[in-house]
Amino acid sequence: MARIGVFICHCGENIGETVDCTKLAEVTSRFPGVVKSVDYKYMCSEPGQTLIKEAIKENRLTGVVVAACSPRMHESTFRKTCSEAGLNPFLCEIANLREHCSWVHEKSEEATNKAIDIVRALVEKVKLNEPLYPIKVPVTKTALVIGGGVAGIQAALDIANGGHKVILVEKNPSIGGHMSQLSETFPTLDCSQCILTPRMVELAQHPNITLYSYAELESLDGFIGNFKVKIRKKAKSIDENLCTGCGLCTTKCPVKKIPNEFDENLSYRKAIYVPFPQAVPNKPVIDRENCTYYLKGKCKICERFCPTQAIRFDQQDEIIEVEAGAIVLATGFDIKRADFFPEYGFGKYKDVIDGLQFERIASASGPTLGEIRRLSDGKIPKKVVFIACAGSRDPAKGIEYCSKICCMYTAKHAILYKHKIHDGQAYVFYMDIRAGGKNYDEFTRRAIEEEGAKYIRGRVSRIYERDGKLIVVGADTLMNARPVVIEADMVVLATAGVASPGSEELAQKLHVAYDQYKFFTEAHPKLRPVETNTAGIFLAGACQSIKDIPESVSQASGAAAKVCGLFSQNELTRDPLIAVVNRTAPPLYSTCVGCFLCQSVCPYQAIEKEEIKAKDGSVIKIIAKINPGLCQGCGSCVALCRTKSIDLLGYTNRQIYAEVDAILNTL
Amino acid sequence: MDEFEPKIVAFVCNWCTYAGADLTGTSRIKYAPNVRIIRFPCTGRIDFMFILKAFARGADGIIVSGCHPNDCHYTSGNFHARRRWIVFRSLLDFLGIDVRRITFSWVSAAEGAKWADLVNQTTAEIRKLGPYTSYHKISKPEEEVIYG
Repeated sequence: MARIGVFICHCGENIGETVDCTKLAEVTSRFPGVVKSVDYKYMCSEPGQTLIKEAIKENRLTGVVVAACSPRMHESTFRKTCSEAGLNPFLCEIANLREHCSWVHEKSEEATNKAIDIVRALVEKVKLNEPLYPIKVPVTKTALVIGGGVAGIQAALDIANGGHKVILVEKNPSIGGHMSQLSETFPTLDCSQCILTPRMVELAQHPNITLYSYAELESLDGFIGNFKVKIRKKAKSIDENLCTGCGLCTTKCPVKKIPNEFDENLSYRKAIYVPFPQAVPNKPVIDRENCTYYLKGKCKICERFCPTQAIRFDQQDEIIEVEAGAIVLATGFDIKRADFFPEYGFGKYKDVIDGLQFERIASASGPTLGEIRRLSDGKIPKKVVFIACAGSRDPAKGIEYCSKICCMYTAKHAILYKHKIHDGQAYVFYMDIRAGGKNYDEFTRRAIEEEGAKYIRGRVSRIYERDGKLIVVGADTLMNARPVVIEADMVVLATAGVASPGSEELAQKLHVAYDQYKFFTEAHPKLRPVETNTAGIFLAGACQSIKDIPESVSQASGAAAKVCGLFSQNELTRDPLIAVVNRTAPPLYSTCVGCFLCQSVCPYQAIEKEEIKAKDGSVIKIIAKINPGLCQGCGSCVALCRTKSIDLLGYTNRQIYAEVDAILNTL
Repeated sequence: MDEFEPKIVAFVCNWCTYAGADLTGTSRIKYAPNVRIIRFPCTGRIDFMFILKAFARGADGIIVSGCHPNDCHYTSGNFHARRRWIVFRSLLDFLGIDVRRITFSWVSAAEGAKWADLVNQTTAEIRKLGPYTSYHKISKPEEEVIYG
């Protein structure tokens, strides 16, 4: 028999002024099963809580209803009180008299009647409450970082320096990302590689970090603290233990005309190659799509010359299984290229290039060794037009957002250009100059005022070639939209930044939300910017939205702090308000018929198949099973279940029917 | 005779509408006292049998309210609720149940005033429709006709 205690709080005058608490206590004391009903001025105060504790003990209560403020306010307070008195905390329910009654109604009989109904509903509910125990899950203190650009490197180093193991997966042969391609960085103009490569080396040598380059995430199972990860290590066709990175193979390889991705296809590489001289790891891989041996079945020149016999033509992709407690996504971004801008002749005219290509041309390690030259004839360009917002903020192109970094890097390009070609003239077409950041506006001003770049506010309508010059036709909207025609030697498009290719597939593998542009979505735009909606998966850098280096690094450190916070616990405790599939006696075992419709609505992939086996091992029945580590307790499966075989602890069907009954009993 | 006071049950999700109704309280916005709230983790948890049960037990109107589309705490529960509601509404309509008595809405945790408006409008609406006697009559066990 239920023995329920009802504790009615006046909340000073907040409830007591509007609701007749004495009458409420008197009426509730007559509800069936209620053995104690008492009102008090401040139930959450120390004496109020003591009153509850003593009543639990004296009256051997089996359930408690505290009629007070919103459960969002003090549910945890009163549940703790109950548990201190030896009552399971989940046998305590809160009737919301303040926010949902006394504060929204005038003092009246209706208000008191409503309060009575609210309490009655929860008394009926709490009678059906069952003791529940928090779910504890162990934490694997290893982090998986996906993506080895500057964000991934920072996150990995921060977590590793926090004393935890890190596995970093990079799809390219080397870590470094787009930052390693850059010449200089705004607004300080330090050399990008000079600041990045020491970090790359630190990462490779860190005792807590395992680096898998040329590898991708194959699949992910599990949940926060207990992810099971499969990593596909693509065949590099070399034995990394034997290879010394001497580079003899790359000099002997006869396949020479493969566009070099690291140089944005402005130079060539071999079929066996190291992407760039400072690559980490600095060991070659064979590009099987272009290698003569893989195409024609013979060659093996690299194998002949390799002094350590490290070439392995028969190497297979390897699947590595690891366990991780947290995941940091740092897969970065890409930029729009060639075919996206037919109106600018991009892809048609050799001297119309994109921002990353200009970075490579301006870079001392680039194809021109840092000399700015035209790609078509190698001449020094005397007039260069930079076009900001190429694709960005352009609904007609389907990219409505601002790519954010272009204003700054265009200013940087104009400055770098002027530093290298003193008698040259840079023109910048722009829509707005967005230079919000520390020392950013000063930097763009420097480009205009000190380096003499001519900024023209307006857009370029088209570009065509005439007598070896690129004719750039635009408008100056600050001069009454006067047409502007510039005969340029080179045009650099600050093309829109977009999500990294494969982001969508990755998001689906990880069950992470992504937006219409395939950028990963944070759990809350303001207050949880480094978390995803999937517990234990965090975001760093431009995979969430286009970011510059300092922002990416900050977010990476933020994600690392979240991971370290998670790893500071040995066990995670979770509310046990989760779904369960019923079990009955044989021969039924469960009313679940195994239709698995529930699987289709579960946002957490928490529903698994369970085989019920006979003694001889034969399968009698397959039913649904809820993984308590994954279930977040939304109850979508419960409402959907056709046989009512799933129920949600804390919000069971019986409890809700009881509430409905109780509310409408006398209303 | 007193003016008819409808009995309305509100099925709301914990994260948006329940919190929104809390905000109505903290903002001290007054509204009609005809609604009783039942808290769910998510509108996706709402089995429409609860609605029929509420009508059977004497409710004159029902409010179902949760997070706005795309704001669900559980990513997609409100979409399932919406989809189920669309199907369920046509079924109820077909069965001859007055679907005007069910109000489906989105009230976020920041929309305290909207919650008050929703309650007031629904109360006024249901007051106009009058008590739902036709349903109550068929659902009362004591009025069941036993043949034979």
